[in-house]
Amino acid sequence: MSTFEKTPVESHESTGKRTRVLTKSQIKRARISGIVMLALSAFVMAFFIPNAEGVATFGLSGSGETIQLDALAIPVTSSLWALAMLLAALGGTQFVRGFQRRSTLILGASFGVFTMAMMVWATAGEKFSLISMLVATVSRCTPIALGALSGILCERSGVVNIGIEGMLLGGAFTGVVMGSILGGWVGLLAATLTGGLLALLLAVLAVNFRVDQIIIGVVINILVLGLTSFLTSQVLVENPQWNDAPIFPSIPIPVLSDIPIIGPMFFNQTIIVYGMYVLIGAVTFFLFRTRWGLRTRSVGENPRAADSLGVSVPRVRYLAVIYGGMVGGFAGAWFTLGTVGRFDENITAGTGFIGLAAMIFGAWNPIGALGAALIFGFSESLEQKFALLDIPIPGEFLAMAPYLVTIVVVAGLVGRARPPAADGQPYEKQ
Amino acid sequence: MSITSPDGTVTVEPDDGRGPSFFRRLTTATDWKTGLVIPALAVFTALVIGGVIIMLTGYSLAETLDAYRALLQGSVGSLRAISQTLTEATPLIFTGLSVALAFRAGLFNIGGEGQVLMGGMLAVLAGFTFTGLPLFIHLPLAIVCGAIGGAIWGFIPGLLKAKTGAHEVIVTIMLNYIAYRLVDYLLKSTLFQREGRNDPISKTVEESAQLPALLAWLDPAMKVHLGLFLALGAAGFIWWLLFRTNTGFEFRAVGANPSAARYAGMSVTKVYILVMTIAGALAGLAGTGQVLGLLDRASPGFSAGLGFDGIAVALLGRSNPFGVVAAALLFGGLNAGGQYMQANADVGIDLISVIQALIVIFVAAPALISAIYRVKTDTSSTQISKGWGA
Repeated sequence: MSTFEKTPVESHESTGKRTRVLTKSQIKRARISGIVMLALSAFVMAFFIPNAEGVATFGLSGSGETIQLDALAIPVTSSLWALAMLLAALGGTQFVRGFQRRSTLILGASFGVFTMAMMVWATAGEKFSLISMLVATVSRCTPIALGALSGILCERSGVVNIGIEGMLLGGAFTGVVMGSILGGWVGLLAATLTGGLLALLLAVLAVNFRVDQIIIGVVINILVLGLTSFLTSQVLVENPQWNDAPIFPSIPIPVLSDIPIIGPMFFNQTIIVYGMYVLIGAVTFFLFRTRWGLRTRSVGENPRAADSLGVSVPRVRYLAVIYGGMVGGFAGAWFTLGTVGRFDENITAGTGFIGLAAMIFGAWNPIGALGAALIFGFSESLEQKFALLDIPIPGEFLAMAPYLVTIVVVAGLVGRARPPAADGQPYEKQ
Repeated sequence: MSITSPDGTVTVEPDDGRGPSFFRRLTTATDWKTGLVIPALAVFTALVIGGVIIMLTGYSLAETLDAYRALLQGSVGSLRAISQTLTEATPLIFTGLSVALAFRAGLFNIGGEGQVLMGGMLAVLAGFTFTGLPLFIHLPLAIVCGAIGGAIWGFIPGLLKAKTGAHEVIVTIMLNYIAYRLVDYLLKSTLFQREGRNDPISKTVEESAQLPALLAWLDPAMKVHLGLFLALGAAGFIWWLLFRTNTGFEFRAVGANPSAARYAGMSVTKVYILVMTIAGALAGLAGTGQVLGLLDRASPGFSAGLGFDGIAVALLGRSNPFGVVAAALLFGGLNAGGQYMQANADVGIDLISVIQALIVIFVAAPALISAIYRVKTDTSSTQISKGWGA
């Protein structure tokens, strides 16, 4: 996207303090995001404050935990005023002088503050189990984060992976079938291998046959959706014993799981969620701290240069894509072995595409993608919780909110996230 | 025609979409094979693999052949089957054109689903709100409303891409989800919901806004409607726009190399916004055709994956408007035959998606077909999309 950057219009170098040079478009964007934040503040004042009073009670501990925290009781009106003022202050500052480098962060934080205000308003006079929502957030973010990670592995080596959705769905299907016959662990292994196999198809066609990579990804999605739906209606319906897999239990990690809030959130989850932590950490380490990672990234940025230094471009791409596919297949197991133990047609319901968005949102970085996945996971579980509370906003609009926020944030800040330079381009040795 | 940057370092020569003439294609051996033999072998191979999958689920060879006979019967076996094929192909032409046009400008429109939904909803709204208008006013009005609905849903990602660099893939995916939810909400609102119903279903479109069925006078079961000619007209228009106008040249130049196009004085911003708006309008017309020509109402999920199928159709048609029409007819035939196959041979229609996916793969990778059948052809794979369009 560098070609569209405009030249700087003003410089603050003379002040001695190192100030970032702002371009006209950056100033404009700061203004717009300031207005958005002020609008959020006005919304809180106009709609939330007049319609709520009393005390909002947030439950912080589940029943089975060793350390019980008292439920948090918040006076609604005064806390809503405080949050509205905070939003107004942030928005005003952003509008007048901008937070520059931190604009993105502040805009994101404003949406967070707004969400808090909405939760306080919706809970006014009722009780809301915050902790169960946070636990669900971490669980729901897992397939999204892993899907994004699958994409990152492929794309860092220069192979676009639109087929994440297909890999998730394939993993979910074989996971449940093998899990029903041979047990959960075999199911998890089968799911992982299925993802790897689909990725092998991607690698062969992308690297050897140099087929347009977007075509392959689209094909993988259609192929897997068709095949799993066909097999479900033709085989699983008549053989329900093959669609009844054991579910992985939540395993509390000793000591850590006893920490209030954080414990149940992060350390009392299933093996698939723990796998996600390990994979995010491992991929970050291997991509950015090892020779393999350097080679993978260099092949993704400039395969010709990497080739001239003796790196085998096909080999690097094959490995990265197959690892990526295995991560995707593993993530697919979350839908069946990690939650309900049975497969339904199109059970992933577009999670792979959300993962794709999380990958771009997180700028092709595992930690960034995890952050984006947490936001999506949070809003999914918030939507479910709000459905239980009696509030005058139609559920459909709440469900839209995360997607709207994503658009606003992507337009406001990471709009210029840059993919690996050779992403999507087949490499032909000369 | 080509454009070169002032310093002479970047030269772009957008594909003029003509290629060798049809006559030449038929007479030159390699082109003849690429153009006809490869797609035919691709379809054949996909059907063979599909047959193996049917047999793996416990059918005998004879039953499998019966299923395929039903597939053929249901797609081209009778006038009614052909009508069904054309009916299925109509929305695919629109969504295929939508994706293909965006590809030509280096953009990836995954947002077909949302655009189909918004177009359809606005068309339905115009279809039941106005009463007492004559057909020649009401129908065009509803169609235009449908196109506008889709165009708005395409304009947003185009504007954001052009003005802020927000990636169109993310924005269109998000807009799909927003559209799904918005439709769920609208169908339960007093504005849309049919009186006396609790389920989400819209009021019925007035007869004066329904696309007339073309062959209903022969047999009321023949559903092919006027939308087919709208779709063919749209294909002709997009071809003309892309390959016969300055605007189309700019689209293709930006698609080939946005930097060079910018150096040459073209407005990349304008192109992105315009292309996405037109692409959205095309997908919106797909939804319009469905609700005005087929369903006469809107219900949840009436987009039925048309936006995603449009990606496959555009890829199979190599982003060429006439290729898109051919690909949509093939997919339409498979869908129509698949319905017949499911009803008469008890083989699930989902198999059709598998066959369609395999056809796209084999056409995109002719080298695979050449390797299997040992035919010598031009085995270079097609590059249609541009990665992330960056």
